[in-house]
Amino acid sequence: MSDIEKDYFEEITYRDALRLAMHDEMNENKNVIIMGEDVAKYGGAYGATKGLLDIFGENRVIDTPISEPSIIGASVGAAMTGLKPIAELMYVDFFGMSLDQIANQAAKIRYMFGGQTSVPMVLRAQGGTGRSGGAQHSQSLESWIMHIPGLYLVMPSKPCDAYHLLRKSIQLDDPVVFLEHKMLYNSKGSLDKKNIDAEFGKASIRLEGNDITIISYSRMVNIAEEAAIELKKSNINAEVIDLRSLNPLDKENIIKSVKKNKRALVVSEGHYTSSVASEITSIIFEHCFGDLLKPVIRYTAEDTPVPVAPNLEKESIPSMENIVNFSKKLME
Amino acid sequence: MLKKLSKKDYLKMYQCMLEIRRFEERAAQLYGMGHIGGFCHLYIGQEAVVVGILMTINNKDSVVTTYRDHGHMIARGLDPKKIMAELTGRTTGYSKGKGGSMHMFSKENNFFGGHGIVGAQVPIGTGIAFTLKYQKSKNICRTYIGDGAMNNGQVFESFNLASLWKLPVLYIIENNQYGMGTSVSRASAGSDLYKRGEAFHIPGEIVDGMNVFKVREAAYKAGNYVRKGNGPYILEVKTYRYRGHSMSDPAKYRSKKELDSYKTKDPIQIAHDEIIKKKVATLKDLEKINSEVISKVKDAAEYALKSPFPQEDDLYEDVYI
Repeated sequence: MSDIEKDYFEEITYRDALRLAMHDEMNENKNVIIMGEDVAKYGGAYGATKGLLDIFGENRVIDTPISEPSIIGASVGAAMTGLKPIAELMYVDFFGMSLDQIANQAAKIRYMFGGQTSVPMVLRAQGGTGRSGGAQHSQSLESWIMHIPGLYLVMPSKPCDAYHLLRKSIQLDDPVVFLEHKMLYNSKGSLDKKNIDAEFGKASIRLEGNDITIISYSRMVNIAEEAAIELKKSNINAEVIDLRSLNPLDKENIIKSVKKNKRALVVSEGHYTSSVASEITSIIFEHCFGDLLKPVIRYTAEDTPVPVAPNLEKESIPSMENIVNFSKKLME
Repeated sequence: MLKKLSKKDYLKMYQCMLEIRRFEERAAQLYGMGHIGGFCHLYIGQEAVVVGILMTINNKDSVVTTYRDHGHMIARGLDPKKIMAELTGRTTGYSKGKGGSMHMFSKENNFFGGHGIVGAQVPIGTGIAFTLKYQKSKNICRTYIGDGAMNNGQVFESFNLASLWKLPVLYIIENNQYGMGTSVSRASAGSDLYKRGEAFHIPGEIVDGMNVFKVREAAYKAGNYVRKGNGPYILEVKTYRYRGHSMSDPAKYRSKKELDSYKTKDPIQIAHDEIIKKKVATLKDLEKINSEVISKVKDAAEYALKSPFPQEDDLYEDVYI
């Protein structure tokens, strides 16, 4: 780990950015611990905690049994009493195993006990398609979390945001659900540790444009950016908004951009029905109805389980080509 | 070594059990009058459990418990006024009127809550014990579990974690013999519940929860084992609740004969008789305690009913939204 001394990276992977964020916070605060399945010796199923055991030892980087409810529940208890646990849930699909501790305990405790305590923990998990993981290892379940008051929900798309937002998540006094995408770990970008642009609830305008607004988050931002470049060939200038966090949600910049461009496409890898995309679409209709030249298009994963067959898996989620097609349709 | 009980100790135990009983009776009354809404799970009949354990507890030890938590708060020495205020949803309550009967909490007293989801407090108590070990504290966490939670998966996950990591947690199974209306024998395969710890190499024992002196002895032994760094211990305390599961439960699933048989072993009466038999105090002394308790509980109810409800804006306080 020769990179731990460096402050600037021309190019770093999303995975390494996460590892450095955890490293730097653990270095500064001895109450930060990591616990989860295979986070220590194995280094994390997707490698995000690799090497941290050697640096911080087994008291702080802790392999757990496969017991999701109690990993999260124990983190809640530890967080209430002075530690800052980063709990790793290997797949968001395991929310099903542990939603009680997330939604009924972590999210409720500060409110339910009249503000006497908070639950300063971070729940890291990864989701999404792209590796033929099948129906139980490929979901995008952020809407489950977004529905629950009391939880921050962060889904960065770029390594620099992953670094800064994870550090900020660890510093927060409230529970944070920090969702990564399995296809982002190898993606690369720059990282300047000193230049902190990332904030909760502040979207990033990845590309500016005056014709259409494309709103997305996590991995789909990168696909939307590719589509925007493709659209330029047809003289369509798309503005690509990367939400970065879903709670808080940067409504202001969504509304501002849509009012300006009067056409909006919402892209998400979650399902179509009752989803984050539904929420954003409602916000646009509520606030920009009179400005819109066309109804908003909600482009999401299909309302089917995610299949294993690579062609079907791909078919089940938004594609660059269809973002282009939907954008052109909005321009008609 | 467990200290010999002093006169003060005897009277403290008697007073505390009585205070819980009178408090709960008053709570039932206020519920009937419509001052307490929602859920209200009374502790009547179970007083010896928490009071016996209290006698061995250090103020810096942590406690986490179930939704049947009023008695636990009183035993922890918390103010009955603020408990009753919480029951009636007032802003002067321990959780500012937003937690209610099931969600009492006092961080300054290391009381980490009444929790409303059966079994969910068990991983939390285990996590609190994790912090204690991490901080190299000499204190332990007492995690109460109802018999109903003993068939809940996260309880066994927690046992495994606690034993694996040798956490300073004392699990106390308050076996009042019914999970709502379903008796232990209709819900739990196998025999005594504490034996379920054996698979995780967690020692344990069963104790008569109607006798506060026996509970104290067992709790001392169990707490000592945990405090010495041996890892978790399970104490199963056999008790009985006189009332239904909650105020809305007429308890038709059990016989009057069964209930009456437990009333002959009433925990407060047992303590009372022991105190008189041993000539620790006189009937007059005990009667005086009774009147003091009645007046304390009356004050608590008056305080609660005079307290204001939360302001409208409080709806949005103490939560990230």
